[in-house]
Amino acid sequence: MIKLVPRVQASAKWGYLSPVLAVFLTLIASSILFMALGKDPVEALYTFFISPIANWYGVTELLVVAIPILLCAYGLALCYRASIWNIGAEGQLLTGAVVGTVMALQFVDSSSVWAMPLTLIAGMVGGMICSGISAFLNLRLNCNETLVTIMMNYIALNTLLWAVYGPLKDPNGYNFPESALFGDSTLLPILFEGTRLHIGLLLVVLALVIVWVFMSKTFLGFQIKVLGLDKPAAHMAGYKQKKLAAMVFLASGALAGLAGAVIVTGSTGQLIPAISPGYGYSAIIVAFLGRLHPIGITLAGLLIALLFMGGEMSQMMLNLPRSISGILQGLILFFLLSCDVLIRYRIAFTFKRSGSTATAKN
Amino acid sequence: MSNVKRLAMLGITKQYPGCKANDEVFLDIEHGEIHALLGENGAGKSTLMKMLYGVVKPDSGSIIWNGKPVSIDQPSVARGLGIGMVFQHFSLFETLTVSENIALVLGDQAGNSKTLAHRIKATSERYGMPLDPDRRISSLSTGERQRVEIVRCLLLNLQLLILDEPTSVLTPQEVDNLFKTLRQLTKEGCSVLFISHKLHEVTELCDSATILRAGKVTGHCKPKDETSESIARMMVGEDIAISNECRRSLGTEVFADIKGLSTTSTGQFDVALKNISLQVKRGEIVGIAGIAGNGQEELLKALSGEDIHPNSQSITFAGTAIDQLTPLQRRRLGLAFVPEDRLGRGAVPDLDLCDNALLTSFDSGLVKNGFLRHTKIVELADKIIKKYKVKTTGNHDSAASLSGGNLQKFIVGREIDQEPNFLLMSHPTWGVDIGAQVAIHDAILQLRDRGCAILIVSEDLDELYKISDRLGAICDGKVSHFLAPEALPLVKLGQWMAGDFDTEATATSEIIAPSIPTTAADNEGILQHD
Repeated sequence: MIKLVPRVQASAKWGYLSPVLAVFLTLIASSILFMALGKDPVEALYTFFISPIANWYGVTELLVVAIPILLCAYGLALCYRASIWNIGAEGQLLTGAVVGTVMALQFVDSSSVWAMPLTLIAGMVGGMICSGISAFLNLRLNCNETLVTIMMNYIALNTLLWAVYGPLKDPNGYNFPESALFGDSTLLPILFEGTRLHIGLLLVVLALVIVWVFMSKTFLGFQIKVLGLDKPAAHMAGYKQKKLAAMVFLASGALAGLAGAVIVTGSTGQLIPAISPGYGYSAIIVAFLGRLHPIGITLAGLLIALLFMGGEMSQMMLNLPRSISGILQGLILFFLLSCDVLIRYRIAFTFKRSGSTATAKN
Repeated sequence: MSNVKRLAMLGITKQYPGCKANDEVFLDIEHGEIHALLGENGAGKSTLMKMLYGVVKPDSGSIIWNGKPVSIDQPSVARGLGIGMVFQHFSLFETLTVSENIALVLGDQAGNSKTLAHRIKATSERYGMPLDPDRRISSLSTGERQRVEIVRCLLLNLQLLILDEPTSVLTPQEVDNLFKTLRQLTKEGCSVLFISHKLHEVTELCDSATILRAGKVTGHCKPKDETSESIARMMVGEDIAISNECRRSLGTEVFADIKGLSTTSTGQFDVALKNISLQVKRGEIVGIAGIAGNGQEELLKALSGEDIHPNSQSITFAGTAIDQLTPLQRRRLGLAFVPEDRLGRGAVPDLDLCDNALLTSFDSGLVKNGFLRHTKIVELADKIIKKYKVKTTGNHDSAASLSGGNLQKFIVGREIDQEPNFLLMSHPTWGVDIGAQVAIHDAILQLRDRGCAILIVSEDLDELYKISDRLGAICDGKVSHFLAPEALPLVKLGQWMAGDFDTEATATSEIIAPSIPTTAADNEGILQHD
């Protein structure tokens, strides 16, 4: 018989092993899925996980996809450490893109050096407005933060659609739902000639370092950890809970908003309805898969970015449906949550030994 | 039949990483006896009980139950055998009601919810610990929660009841009731295994005792033939000073001044504070006795700032009005606080001792420009561990891995080390062993002598009589007068605890439990029966 036995203390080892095992199980499950779809699993896995990054250009494209995911995920990790279940990175990203676009359109014909930084800052402000509304509803009016942030996602999406079909639509754009193309001074500089990899990567590295130092070296980061683990203790110790919560809300909004601004200034060069294939939602998976630790998140973000690219690749090469990458993301989260049981429980195999175990009845 | 023991544990050994919790332990319990298991914190009592209850598996040794060897590999097996246990840390779901909690553990035995509620009411009243089956655990006081745990065991077909420090949360009357319950149980043939640090209770109640020290059995005795001192010697071993006479102090100027503090109750079962007036001077210890759930928590939270009552203007610290100040601002005025709940409020269970040292000591030079000073934090944690003799494998142990008494030493040490102006303490030595009790009391007294104002809320009357400079009681959100312990006979304090504050006129002793002796001078024997 196989039993789950509670551990005396949570296992640190399984904290690290669980995501690895989850990825491994996802590979097995996806092989079965590919076979069911009539594809050779080895070929499908190769197409999915190897071919997108088989060359240098593929690697840079992977990073381009990973940049917004990672920015969102670092911010979410701050919230989740404080046990604030912010699901609203997608909405914050979209708001950031809209507000960033408003700023960028002021510089269409300008060569000002301020164009790009101001656009990025506007994006951050946009994300903070979106998460700030959620924070207000949660902290002042005691609304559930999960519901509020989800609903803000819909509001943000429809704001984006309203903006590209209305006030931000390019007057010379033949009525397509797109903003005008941004001026060159607004676009993010490319890092390597011949690729689309832009300096958003440096922003990711900067965010990684700042979030890491903040979490592990500062007293504010410590207070957030305590708040997340044990609210009454934080209250007893005199930590300002609402301020801390508002701070992580705003920080995650700023990072997600920055992600939105980076997409429009780095990848699309204008505001279009489909700027995000759900990066803000994937970032939730990334944050948990990465154990809410900046380094873990970085690795997990690259993996999820690979799934996005593999999904596209398998559409083109294998005629697989688009939803396959979403299914794989779902599988990873499913297996991760399942494997996390092993952090607090261990598996015990009990064999029936004859005679040695007495029965419980008198 | 008469030769068959209820329980025999033979050569039980349990090795934990870093320490041998039990080393070849033998324990015999007869039918219908109350057997005491004694030992300091970390002596291995809890581990032994957990093995008997099927929570932990022994590495070697065997358990003989009613003459037959048994292997108890989970608590449901123990319950099936008729073993019930009340843990020191209660295992109740806060959001469920009393009967739901009981139904969860009883499983199939619970029957339908109506009859169960009826059985709970009947059983609890029969044993003198009335319970309302429909109340939520979150609204119960610690004392009431313990009743739920005990009644839960009583509903089983009980043959052995294990109690881990049951009296530490009870008033003298409640202790009396509990003892009556236990004697009633033993008359019905049930055996009781009783773990306590209060030796006079053991000498009063128990038929036999087994003493553990550092995981080994160091002695057996018949407690009725021994004195508290002689048993304490067996437990502690070497010649540590066990009892200490405390000097009283009058204090100097008033630090905390509460004038007419009244609150309205927010939750259904909160107690509203009613016109509380109380002063704590620098250099004195004020003790407040009371039965759990009479406004102690509310008073402490009003003082610590965890509950802030708008429009209230009743509390000053050294002349500064603090009613509207946050807990942090009050801490910066010199407040330190040892709350009733150790895990989950006094300390974060999942964090290690370094982080838990930082939890409230952040103003003691551990943070510079917002950044943590890691070496200073580790130094502080090590200092507290060493100074207050916290038994642990190292400063990276999680708070949850420490035994209750050890964690309490750590929390008390952390707060005292901040050199506060005003120290609030709730149950400072609940579940703490004798050696550590003396250490904590010494530390509190030294802090007082350095000019700190100290307010202690406790249900341990021995403790309050021992260290308070002025003593009073709280009942239903009102406080009594405060008198020097020598001027306050136990009977009068008992009346105060029952809410009869009109002391001068009706000082006759009939109203409260007649079993309590009338002299308070004999601190050791306060709760002793004749």
